[in-house]
Amino acid sequence: MPTTSIRVADTPLLREILGRADDALVLGHRLSQWTGHAPMLEEELALANIALDLIGQARALYALAGEIEGLGHSEDDYAYLRDSRDFRNLLLVEQPNGDFAITIVRQVLYAAFIDPWWRETARRSTDSRLAAIAAKAEKESAYHLRHAAEWLIRLGDGTDESHRRAAAALEQLWPFVGEMFAPLDPSLAGLCADPASLHAEWDATVNEVLDQATLARPAEGWMQNGGRAGRHSEQFGHMIAEMQHLARSHPGATW
Amino acid sequence: MSPTAQTPLWEVFIRSRSGLAHRHVGSVHAADATMALQNARDVYTRRGEGLSIWVVPSNLITASDPSEKDMMFEPTGSKIYRHPTFYEVPDEVGHM
Repeated sequence: MPTTSIRVADTPLLREILGRADDALVLGHRLSQWTGHAPMLEEELALANIALDLIGQARALYALAGEIEGLGHSEDDYAYLRDSRDFRNLLLVEQPNGDFAITIVRQVLYAAFIDPWWRETARRSTDSRLAAIAAKAEKESAYHLRHAAEWLIRLGDGTDESHRRAAAALEQLWPFVGEMFAPLDPSLAGLCADPASLHAEWDATVNEVLDQATLARPAEGWMQNGGRAGRHSEQFGHMIAEMQHLARSHPGATW
Repeated sequence: MSPTAQTPLWEVFIRSRSGLAHRHVGSVHAADATMALQNARDVYTRRGEGLSIWVVPSNLITASDPSEKDMMFEPTGSKIYRHPTFYEVPDEVGHM
């Protein structure tokens, strides 16, 4: 009989894979919310393309998680039948789209991290399945970074209004970047890149973009975390309620 | 300033395979050349159509005047000898 909720085995390996999958799914879903609302047709397609790339990455990772877990859970089960507390995505990616500046800054901060993470994982992962997913995803994330960085440079170095909004977005989202660099669980060494080792590269990428965008890097300060432990924002609850509504109201429905 | 004044029109040309010429596929709005290239990539190469993209500001294209089409194009209609169809290709040449 179809179920409306699943419980997931809790191991460091599954946490890592599901965390990355949740990052991709949640950011992909956020970007998909721009469809029909983007500032121009070209950007609408660009954001939808990126959303689809991310959802594709999430699918590949959920399928891998299902294989590892071995309880017969499908991609859809992980996406639609877990409660908010079971999602392990970064708080950064669940932040609401806000104005276009928020969306673009969120995109730059995440892509500048995940692109080298995929690249290192593709190169060094001891799991050939994860390495293959990473090799494909890195080509996508490289473009996501380019797309968002070019926009941020133009928003920052554009009009007074666009500069003000970009600077405000940066200040608003900055407390969420610390969580990205939480070190890899020692028992998983070799599985994927260790986020802590990517901080210097992320700094260099972000500093260069901010410099070209004539935006000041926010002061280092208190960082919010909790996403990886399942402690999410109120807005995240609304987002997944909408995302999961159909699947949970009609268990096992097909279309 | 209107949004379209800040993001003028660019014509997009895409080459699908090595050796083929770039073909005009449409246009995009963009603030500058870099963004026009990105927009062209996002709008016109979603299904693996391209290996190379050119973008050209639409206002830099000089176009023939449709009202002059008789003078420009009509005279060639009767010059069938300009088509290379009056030669027999020897079998030994094979596929041309």
